[in-house]
Amino acid sequence: MIHFVLLISRQGKVRLTKWYSPYSQKERTKVIRELSGLILTRGPKLCNFVEWRGLRVVYKRYASLYFCMCIDEDDNELEILEIIHHYVEVLDRYFGSVCELDLIYNFHKAYFILDELLIAGELQEPSKRTVTRLVAAQDSLVETAKEQTSSITNIIAQAAK
Amino acid sequence: MAMHGMRGLSIFISDIRNCQNKEQERLRVDKELGNIRNRFKKEKGLTPYDKKKYVWKMLYIYMLGYDVDFGHMEAVSLISAPKYPEKQVGYIVTSCLLNENHDFLRLAINTVRNDIIGQNETFQCLALTLVGNIGGREFAESLAPDVQKLLLSSSCRPLVRKKAALCLLRLFRKNPDVVNVDGWADRMTQLLDERDLGVLTSSMSLLVALVSNNHEAYWTCLPKCVKILERLARNQDVPQEYTYYGIPSPWLQVKTMRALQYFPTIEDPNTRRTLFEVLQWILMGTDVVKNVNKNNASHAVLFEALALVMHLDAEKEMMSQCVALLGKFIAVREPNIRYLGLENMTRMLIVADVQESIKRHQAQIITSLKDPDISICRRALDLLYGMCDITNAKDIVEELLQYLNSADFTMLEELSLKAAILAEKFAPDLSWYVDVILQLIEKAGDFISDDIWFHVVQFVTNNDDLQPYAAAKAKEYLDKPAVDEKMVKVCAYILGEYSHLLARRPGCSPKEIFSIIHEKLPSVSTTTIPLLLSAYAKILMHTQPPDQVLQNQIWTIFTKELRYESCIDAEIQQRAVEYFALSRKGAAVMDILGEMPKFPERQSSLIKKAEDAEADTAEQSALKLRAQQQPSNALVVTDQHPSNGEPLPVFVGQLSVVKAPNMNNTEDHSSTEQVLSQENGNLSQVDQQPPSADPLSDLLGPLAIEGPPGATVQYENSAVSGLESGPDVVDGSAIVPVEVGTNTIQPIGNIAVRFHALCLKDSGVLYEDPYIQIGIKAEWRAHQGRLVLFLGNKNTSPLVSVQALILPPAHLKMELSLVPDTIPPRAQVQCPLEVVNLRPSRDVAVLDFSYKFGTHMVNIKLRLPAVLNKFLQPLPVSAEEFFPQWRSLSGPPLKLQEVVRGVRPMALPEMANLLHSYRIAISPGLDPNPNNLVASTTFYSENTRAIVCLVRIETDPADRTQLRMTLASGDPTLTFELKEFIKEQLVSIPTVAQAPTPAPPAAPPTPQIPPNDPAALLTDLL
Repeated sequence: MIHFVLLISRQGKVRLTKWYSPYSQKERTKVIRELSGLILTRGPKLCNFVEWRGLRVVYKRYASLYFCMCIDEDDNELEILEIIHHYVEVLDRYFGSVCELDLIYNFHKAYFILDELLIAGELQEPSKRTVTRLVAAQDSLVETAKEQTSSITNIIAQAAK
Repeated sequence: MAMHGMRGLSIFISDIRNCQNKEQERLRVDKELGNIRNRFKKEKGLTPYDKKKYVWKMLYIYMLGYDVDFGHMEAVSLISAPKYPEKQVGYIVTSCLLNENHDFLRLAINTVRNDIIGQNETFQCLALTLVGNIGGREFAESLAPDVQKLLLSSSCRPLVRKKAALCLLRLFRKNPDVVNVDGWADRMTQLLDERDLGVLTSSMSLLVALVSNNHEAYWTCLPKCVKILERLARNQDVPQEYTYYGIPSPWLQVKTMRALQYFPTIEDPNTRRTLFEVLQWILMGTDVVKNVNKNNASHAVLFEALALVMHLDAEKEMMSQCVALLGKFIAVREPNIRYLGLENMTRMLIVADVQESIKRHQAQIITSLKDPDISICRRALDLLYGMCDITNAKDIVEELLQYLNSADFTMLEELSLKAAILAEKFAPDLSWYVDVILQLIEKAGDFISDDIWFHVVQFVTNNDDLQPYAAAKAKEYLDKPAVDEKMVKVCAYILGEYSHLLARRPGCSPKEIFSIIHEKLPSVSTTTIPLLLSAYAKILMHTQPPDQVLQNQIWTIFTKELRYESCIDAEIQQRAVEYFALSRKGAAVMDILGEMPKFPERQSSLIKKAEDAEADTAEQSALKLRAQQQPSNALVVTDQHPSNGEPLPVFVGQLSVVKAPNMNNTEDHSSTEQVLSQENGNLSQVDQQPPSADPLSDLLGPLAIEGPPGATVQYENSAVSGLESGPDVVDGSAIVPVEVGTNTIQPIGNIAVRFHALCLKDSGVLYEDPYIQIGIKAEWRAHQGRLVLFLGNKNTSPLVSVQALILPPAHLKMELSLVPDTIPPRAQVQCPLEVVNLRPSRDVAVLDFSYKFGTHMVNIKLRLPAVLNKFLQPLPVSAEEFFPQWRSLSGPPLKLQEVVRGVRPMALPEMANLLHSYRIAISPGLDPNPNNLVASTTFYSENTRAIVCLVRIETDPADRTQLRMTLASGDPTLTFELKEFIKEQLVSIPTVAQAPTPAPPAAPPTPQIPPNDPAALLTDLL
């Protein structure tokens, strides 16, 4: 299973963390620090796997952003590598040519999408189309709710006049 | 885009991004946190929108790495908001900020459950996601049935059911009882008929977890899995959106094959055949393509197929196909594939029969070892370590050594440990082993654990042949200008112990050795200095004749120069004071500073460590298996017994009498002696009688057959009783390196010492270990002897499978009475052994003894003290009797003369005592030359009856190392055998514990030499 997902920028800024195994706040900070040191220093053209504390970290760099997923030693590394890519493709589809800035200002969207992709550290949906559709549906739910709110606010405001 | 209305959040993020440095960022964050705290406190007037915004800000701040220790409640409370936007934020932020052990989470269980059992599909999804991601045991207990219902419900849409499947997986991990429901396995089987591949993928993950826990319950799923795999692999009926770069859901394929690996075998021939066809299809049909993602996806499937083939124990043909594929992979440039190729090859080693074919790729693997990518190096190192055996150990270890020069420093520790273990396990010869370890220390001293150098010391100490070599090597390394401190330690230790063996080589005089070591002293730390001091003391002691200059130099170090006498470090101070005091004692020093006794054989602490560290059980078992095939070298070396007519080192008893006064001198320094004695074994016994330091030996009263011969001994015993150390107490900090493991049964006391003692007297302990004590009592009459073996069980449980077998040499007729199969708890059985001497011979009888205690099967081979001198009867003769016989026996073969060189120098009375102890009587005054000895004895055997033997020894007072010996008797064999026998006593120094090559000790000795054991003294004289 995937124990956690990290998105770290080349400068070591954390853009997303998702923990499927219980790590305390302290451990989380330590893990991030250790792995940043381990992964950001790796040169290009090396393999996408790093061995760390008896676990494997599968990572891939997209532009300035490193996507990392930590798995058990006997898990299938390539499968995870393609889950990362699958996630990136869904993000790309959602944002339209995604860049780091999208993920900074819309980090909550990155979480929504990840939740449609993974649960309990396992892949739940291999279809990009389905994931995109579901996220879009959530967005429209939020929009509808907002319109309702604002229309109610308007009604109240009108009435108050 | 989607950020409408949350301007506050965007502005905050921009602010953070505009911060010039960490300090500014912190200020901005603190300000925001203060603001949020205030807003939350007031609560009133906080709109749901505000709450949402602040909770997002909290998550953002948290991601930046700041502690957010408040506001969790607000996040959790959003979960119960009635509207989707707030609820969604509540769920997501809660599942990011909290983990399963957080108390607040409990507060939410009810709300979450209401959402799960409610009718709102989107709320169900949110709740299932939260539980699936951070649900703990309590969730498992209260929510499992609801989640199961959703998973199986026909009215639920796939988007809910796939979440329910993974949610249930999480709950199952937290509490496996959640699937203890009647008919759950059947429902699982039905789930595998699911058409929606999202639901099927999630269900397959659930199945993998279930079968890994209990495959038997789910065997009905097996054929379905094969069907799913077949459908996917052959791309039948797979919707376009579920193909990934043209490959039908690689993830589902991988998971399905993973599930299949948890079934031990596939019984149904049809299913098996179908599966193998699919696997064959995958193995053959996967090509390397340009597109990275397609390549990765197809190889993810391929590697999983390889794993499944290995698991299913396929036919040889398919296996070799796998090895061939892996061989191809480890040669490609693409690093991921190479990495996985190496890893899977290592896994494949567990499967029998591939070792040889993998060896063919050795060169390729070594290339990967030198890859700039540390991940790949690690895999290559593991593979090399796994594939190493006696045939390729030399090559592999040398490659590892070479790689040490360039390896990434994070690998050095593992690399050097593995090299050390391989060197130890597969060393073709011991000098090579020493070379390897010294190189390791030289190249990676900082990364070498102390165990490794301790072990070298142990090997060198236990193998006499190795000592001069090791000493020469140590000198070579210390001669180098910049030497790692660990190297200084090991070299100083070895030179202290063994440099005297090099004394004749150029540049190896004690003085030179000393200065080489001493040069390093200023640069070493306080933990090393004590070792150097020991080395100095030993060098000084070995310097014969004493060298005044060297002595003064070393004394100055002990006293003034470095002021160790008043050194703040207690260890250094104590050693300096003690060594100084001791080195002024002359001969007594030999007792205390003599060579270290051999170490008992134990499982290598290194190998043990490696085994402990191996998390992978499969690899561990392979490792153990190989370890069994390849016994430790030291074991082989020491497991010899002298049934081959090798000359026997025999104990020289009289010397102990001579030396006894020396021991008395030490009484007023007893505390010093005690500490020092720990360095060199044990002072617990001063007589040659086998020591009984083991407290358990008291249990066997009857075995204490003979009391200590004199009051002196009693006194000495009490003088050292403060030691109470038992045979294993040694100065752990400096001298005895190896941790005490108790995996094998160690004899108590030195078997060789015990044997030699029994050669000179007729009763005592022959052997002892924690479970058994074997005593001997013998009576000799002419050519006959009657021995009684006392077998004493020291434990409260019986010793079973007891077997005693006598392996008599040709000249002895021996009959052992029946030995019982079982020795009851704390009981002693007596087994008489009749001996008849047929003719003269120096060969020795061996007792092959074995017993079982618990799971320990113990087998020992013990020499029996039915030796030549037992059949002698001292016969003093007068000049009238002597000279006629002497003249009548003229010339060979009845009279033999030999000039013996390399004799241990000793005074004439000492030599007389020595002969006397072997029952050869001296007739003083017969020879007019005071430097000569004349002696005689009667020998008894069945063939020869009583025969008088005459001995004449002419010594040269100018050179005590040579003498001329003449032997005469009426039997040519006797003349020869007795001459050889006496010669052995004079020449081959009976270094009992450190026997030189001709007669290795019969069994692994332990650090226990009686301190006035002449053996210990004599070694030092040499």
